[in-house]
Amino acid sequence: MKSLEELKALREQMQSKMNVRKDDNETIRVVVGMATCGIAAGARPVLNAFMEEVNKRGLNNVQVTQTGCIGVCRLEPIVEVFVPGQEKVTYVKMNAEKVPAIVAQHIVNKQVVTDYTIGAAE
Amino acid sequence: MNFVRAHVLVCTGTGCSSAGAEGIISAFEDQLKKNGLDEEVRVVKTGCLGLCAKGPNVVVYPEGVYYNYVSAEDVPEIVEEHLLKGRPVTRLIHGDAEDASKATNLTDTAFYKDQVRIALRNCGVINPEDIDEYIAYDGYAALAKVLTEMTPQQVIDEIKASGLKGRGGAGFPTGLKWQFAANSPGPVKYACCNADEGDPGAFMDRSVLEGDPHSVLEAMTIAGYAIGATEGYIYVRAEYPIAVERLKKALEQSHEYGFLGKNIFGTDFSFDIGIRLGSGAFVCGEETALMVSIEGKRGEPRCRPPYPAVKGLFGKPTILNNVETYANVCWIINHGAEAYAALGTEGSKGTKVFALGGKINNTGLVEIPMGTPLRQIIEEIGGGVPNGKKFKAVQTGGPSGACIPASQIDVPIDYENLTRIGAMMGSGGMIVLDEDDCMVDIAKFFLQFTVDESCGKCSPCRIGIKRMYDILDRITAGKGTLEDLDTLEELAAHIKGNALCGLGQTAPNPVLSTLKNFKDEYVAHVVEKRCPAGSCKALLNYTIDPAKCKGCSACSRVCPADAISGVVRSPFVIDQSKCIKCGSCMEKCKFGAISKG
Repeated sequence: MKSLEELKALREQMQSKMNVRKDDNETIRVVVGMATCGIAAGARPVLNAFMEEVNKRGLNNVQVTQTGCIGVCRLEPIVEVFVPGQEKVTYVKMNAEKVPAIVAQHIVNKQVVTDYTIGAAE
Repeated sequence: MNFVRAHVLVCTGTGCSSAGAEGIISAFEDQLKKNGLDEEVRVVKTGCLGLCAKGPNVVVYPEGVYYNYVSAEDVPEIVEEHLLKGRPVTRLIHGDAEDASKATNLTDTAFYKDQVRIALRNCGVINPEDIDEYIAYDGYAALAKVLTEMTPQQVIDEIKASGLKGRGGAGFPTGLKWQFAANSPGPVKYACCNADEGDPGAFMDRSVLEGDPHSVLEAMTIAGYAIGATEGYIYVRAEYPIAVERLKKALEQSHEYGFLGKNIFGTDFSFDIGIRLGSGAFVCGEETALMVSIEGKRGEPRCRPPYPAVKGLFGKPTILNNVETYANVCWIINHGAEAYAALGTEGSKGTKVFALGGKINNTGLVEIPMGTPLRQIIEEIGGGVPNGKKFKAVQTGGPSGACIPASQIDVPIDYENLTRIGAMMGSGGMIVLDEDDCMVDIAKFFLQFTVDESCGKCSPCRIGIKRMYDILDRITAGKGTLEDLDTLEELAAHIKGNALCGLGQTAPNPVLSTLKNFKDEYVAHVVEKRCPAGSCKALLNYTIDPAKCKGCSACSRVCPADAISGVVRSPFVIDQSKCIKCGSCMEKCKFGAISKG
């Protein structure tokens, strides 16, 4: 370590790994329903796809996590996306194929993918 | 690189380690593998989370769910329910908030919400054995800033402006200490760290070293730059094996990254740190004794002046700061002196770490802004006195310290207010006492400690404290006189005025403060031959009330000394000459027929 730049680069690289432990208001949260109903409907590949996609794009401000049964089991797998300062968006009947679109349009470009939301399904 | 979506932080401080943290870590690793989650969930060892009473403690991020009393048997449930299905295991969640179901996050709990963690900022947050995690939390940024943007004098001015005072007990302004050493001429100087934390009931420095060793190394290097030193030593007690091991690892990593050694950050500043282990002598926490011990000689204090800043280690100008003091330094450099000075009170800036112990629900480590009322620490953060007992006093500052009685519970905790009421800040041990604790006995306990630890170099300490101890021993045995109380005060005044070092000068404090605040207890022991707290065994008598005794014989069966006799269905009697005052009979009696007094 011989320069400030080196330290800064290392810090940024490490921060992306430590993002999970951050407790602030700037992080986008992707929450996948992973109760029995969710898992049976195929939530696991959805969760994997989100992790893969976020990792591929190197997004530092996104947490991917899971939660229990949201209550509308018939629409599982369900994914909720929390963008700070915006209303929560609920995507239903998810599968791995839908994930890249949500990451690209909603998480990166802040445009909700209305076709996949609970409103569209109802 | 895989995307890691969750981190499981397992506390591996001394408390949680002894409660089985290692087994929990391996159980997590096994279970995660079994469930195919080992690539997306990381298990991290971390430092003290503070709530040692409820360990082993585990925190799961990103939710920040705080689990207490975790055992290896609970791990499969946490993995399958929480980490796989997203349902936190509510029965293990720390629940001191009003709505336990919502208090999943660590920072929402009554224990944490009023704390301001600066010295402990990384404890329980990062893996202390991983320098990269420290760097992610601004580690070594302060050193980089100091070396590339600031002059040594600017560093000293910044520390002065922050108002930081020594956290080891005496409370000397840190910036001023650095200034004295910087002003001392000479090419060879030393920046040292006192990690010989010896007060009974104090474990602040231990937790900082175990949870965030790099913050101390970084701050020592900054201090070295400020005063013009190229070498430093950490003097740490050998009784802290985890702290020593993590310090060694941190030193290794720091060298590897070039934060220690020659030409740090490409500048012409070089600095290196050595570890020296203490061998269990309390007096070596005194600065002059500590330095001769580093030199390899017998740890005995010497007269001051000259102060270490002029003539210290190996006769060279030296600064010696406590671990917690150093733990604040990098934060001050990174956030500015103003941000630090904005916390606390007029004369006492910043925060202070306390080790809560004794009769308190949340035994553990807390960091609060200076000026926080004692009541808040005891009742809210500490969770109150257990078993519905009455709060009597807190003892702060260990064997050099004093008692704060219940009548002063609203005192704001800072240097000035504690001095005003005749107590002291001390290093941060805070032992809570309840109605069952005898104040004479507490004073005797601390005196016993200083008698054992006196180095013997000067007679006020070697002989004087022993005499004081003998008097207290007499009083607790019911053989004291009222003249003894006067003799205690007279001896105390002489010892305070004439002992060579801080150990002796402060040793009478526990006696003086209990005499001042609890004189009635001393008088009760001496005049009435009675211990109001029911703690001094020599003054206790257990008696059976014949009117209440049903003659069930339960007491006589439990008595280990065969002191209770009688005929079934008629009242039993205790033979006082045989009674060893263990209290077993009283616990066993279902009819409340046995009383002590």
